Amino acid sequence: MAEASGAQEPSGRGPSGRGPSGRGAAASYTVEIRAGGFTFRPAGDWSVAPILAIDDELRAFTGARPSGEDAIFDMSALIRLDTAGAWLIDRTVASLEAQGVKVSYQGLNEGHKVLLDKVGEGGLPKPTVPERSSLYVEIVGRIGAALVAMWSEALIFVEFLGHVLATVWRSIRHPSRFRLTPLVHHMEKAGFDALPLVCLLTFLIGAVIAQQGATQLRRFGADVFTVNLIAIIFLREVGILLTAIIVAGRSGSAFTAEIGSMKMREEIDAMRTLGLDPMDMLVVPRVLALLFTMPLLTFVGDLMGLLGGGVVAVMQLNMSPAVYIERLRAAADFWTFGVGILKAPFMAIVIALVGCRSGLDVTGSAESVGTQTTRSVVRSIFLVIILDAVFAMFFTAVGL
Amino acid sequence: MMDRQGEIAEEPIIEVRGLLTKFDEHVIHEHLDLSVRRGEVLGIVGGSGTGKSVLLRTILGLKSPDGGSIRVFGKDLEALPEDERREQERRWGVLFQEGALFSALTVAENVQVAYREHLHMGKQLMDELAAVKIAMVGLRSGAADLFPSELSGGMKKRAGLARALALDPEILFLDEPTAGLDPIGAAAFDELITDLAHTLGLTVVMVTHDLDTLHATCDRIAVLAERRVILIGTIDDMLRSEHPWIREYFHGPRARAAFAGK
Repeated sequence: MAEASGAQEPSGRGPSGRGPSGRGAAASYTVEIRAGGFTFRPAGDWSVAPILAIDDELRAFTGARPSGEDAIFDMSALIRLDTAGAWLIDRTVASLEAQGVKVSYQGLNEGHKVLLDKVGEGGLPKPTVPERSSLYVEIVGRIGAALVAMWSEALIFVEFLGHVLATVWRSIRHPSRFRLTPLVHHMEKAGFDALPLVCLLTFLIGAVIAQQGATQLRRFGADVFTVNLIAIIFLREVGILLTAIIVAGRSGSAFTAEIGSMKMREEIDAMRTLGLDPMDMLVVPRVLALLFTMPLLTFVGDLMGLLGGGVVAVMQLNMSPAVYIERLRAAADFWTFGVGILKAPFMAIVIALVGCRSGLDVTGSAESVGTQTTRSVVRSIFLVIILDAVFAMFFTAVGL
Repeated sequence: MMDRQGEIAEEPIIEVRGLLTKFDEHVIHEHLDLSVRRGEVLGIVGGSGTGKSVLLRTILGLKSPDGGSIRVFGKDLEALPEDERREQERRWGVLFQEGALFSALTVAENVQVAYREHLHMGKQLMDELAAVKIAMVGLRSGAADLFPSELSGGMKKRAGLARALALDPEILFLDEPTAGLDPIGAAAFDELITDLAHTLGLTVVMVTHDLDTLHATCDRIAVLAERRVILIGTIDDMLRSEHPWIREYFHGPRARAAFAGK
């Protein structure tokens, strides 16, 4: 075999400024071809920062299938070695051996040997490349998964509704199981405390609708009909929708976060082991509290909306308050108001159920409380609007 | 590390002199001295409320001392400019009591945080090194893709250890490493720490209550009481001491059980 004389391959220089004092040297290696094989000589500081510079080069070196039957790793020039450097050497050795090259070490000190053995224990890690399918399959797959998830969520929701109804029925039959104190507490927190916000927002929206309506209707000389616009749109739709959205954002999220953090800290499991039913203790009081307070909040919201509209009517249309009230009477009958208020209990149930259910779905991590709270709010607002549309169709069908 | 025996072996790797720490008026440590030698495994013991964890946090710079000096690697962390301080912090690793893993990241990603943020390492090498560390702390390779909430207590500690070891630190701090583990898991963890300390040439400082751990892993023990380190030495020194608290600790029924036959 021809004698290939010392072909030196200078190699990468590590970023020398990196690392704390004493770690400044770069990592490098040389490969010396000799009869029957080659000698691999790592030199310098083979620790985690400097080796970054030679990683690609080493991969290319082993990937190029160096010729020869045996390789000697001469470690005497190595100044420093840590697990990352040891991994690089171990990886190189392993892939050379896989190509049928016999590898032996030379000048290996005890500390480095221990480190190389330790790193070798784990074996070559399997590359964990996530499976990627084509875009088409991906799109169809996601739509399918979302539909299946939606269907199973609907089932879970119905099941949960049944569970709550059964619990309520049990409380009616055994009134001693009924928790009055939490009910009142949640009525105060979810209902009474929401009053200022509901009042302010409905007042402002009422005023805005009246103002916009008046501006548009004036073009037709029909600005007196602004009152009809406010009365019908507010009593039938906006009052209840606005209240429901405020309650979903305010109380639905609170329900999820409260129950969710209790779930996270195993308080709910603790309740079960003490023979207490979380349905009785946590869910039913919240559902009933919203069920009772939502119609009241909606009523107050309706009044404030009409008041807001009235203020605009008086100021912008120069209508006297008495005339405004008179025109309101003419524009709206009981069922205009009834259609709105009738939706309140249903929306209350949807918001409370979604809030509580999402809370119970929280798993161990802090992150999941956040995810579930977001989901609870988004889902309950979504359902409230869907429900409103369904009611609109229903009331049209029955002619209200 | 193993290959730096030439460096001044006499200088302690951590030196605490006259440390004073307090919360408002409540003094935790006063005139506290402690020095840790390079390459040793030091256990810190003490009753509840003697400020073991506070001492650890103070050495780590998570709480600034109200007096005295702390020198790690011969430098006072408080006096260092920001970037040197960061460099310093990369030379030690910490395992918190519950692991303190980032819950939004998988185990492998937790290990890779330092690679990504400090070294801007490529994905392939990062995956390989994370796998090496995960294997090193005795987790099966499938654990790499799990989230912390899916891990048992013991696995969390091992994953936390893998993260602490990511940058091959010179000092490893452990806060109650075996608390909450079953005896078999705790013994395995002791063995792991001893093994790693030996292989990687680590200096280990641990706060622990576990007498078995003290016996199995520690070269020296520092006893924290009366606001300072009242005694530092080997297990035998502890057993010989006449101090009432030390006597009670190392001669109590649990201690006798732990040291029986050893």
